[in-house]
Amino acid sequence: MTDIAVKKKRPVWFNLNLLNLPLAARVSILHRVSGALLFVLAFWLLYLLDGSLASAERYDSVRQIVAHPFAKLVLLVVLWAFLHHFFAGIRYLLLDLHVGIQREKAKSTSIAVFVVSLALTVLLGGWLLWR
Amino acid sequence: MALNRTVVGAHYGVRGWLVQRLSAVVMGVTMLFFLLALLAARPGDYTAWKGLFSQGWVRVAALLFFLSLFSHAWVGMRDILMDYVKPTGVRLGLQLAVILALVAGAVWATSIVWRA
Repeated sequence: MTDIAVKKKRPVWFNLNLLNLPLAARVSILHRVSGALLFVLAFWLLYLLDGSLASAERYDSVRQIVAHPFAKLVLLVVLWAFLHHFFAGIRYLLLDLHVGIQREKAKSTSIAVFVVSLALTVLLGGWLLWR
Repeated sequence: MALNRTVVGAHYGVRGWLVQRLSAVVMGVTMLFFLLALLAARPGDYTAWKGLFSQGWVRVAALLFFLSLFSHAWVGMRDILMDYVKPTGVRLGLQLAVILALVAGAVWATSIVWRA
């Protein structure tokens, strides 16, 4: 009786604040976000690849398209999405093999995914797009 | 009444899980080879770029890459739709749209690679 009464009064706490997510969970949700982004943008990339191999004229027009500032911004998003998805993906493949499943290791590899993918986005983005 | 249920199923989940991981590894390996070929050739114009793709092994690798990409994308998009889209009709509609887009993409990618 009293147990039920106590249970009924318990506050229900729906924590929807993403800021309280652990690092590994942020890697995970961004793995999904980047995957979905890559799915959508893959068709635009396929269009660019198609043009670049079709003829010399279309090759030139593709070069003009990717030189546009807005296209560069989209390509930077593609680059980040790819790098995050790639390194987080390698982390998941290793986790499947039971590599790095300890709490501390899992946290440090989460940090590594963010550091490496963001650093490479800046470096490769700067080098490939704004050189 | 005691219920002793054995968990059975069609194992779609395991198959998807395996496809996702195998395709990821195939993409990783083919991209590594392509990156090495790109760094070796450093194509700066149309002729060199097209020449890179007219090599037999690049075509095979590109085809393997794209087939892996589209099966990988299917498993991922299916997971996302299953988790976030609850009304059955909307989910099925979106899944159908994704399948059609991926099949079209696979055909398109194959034609690009084979024509080059």
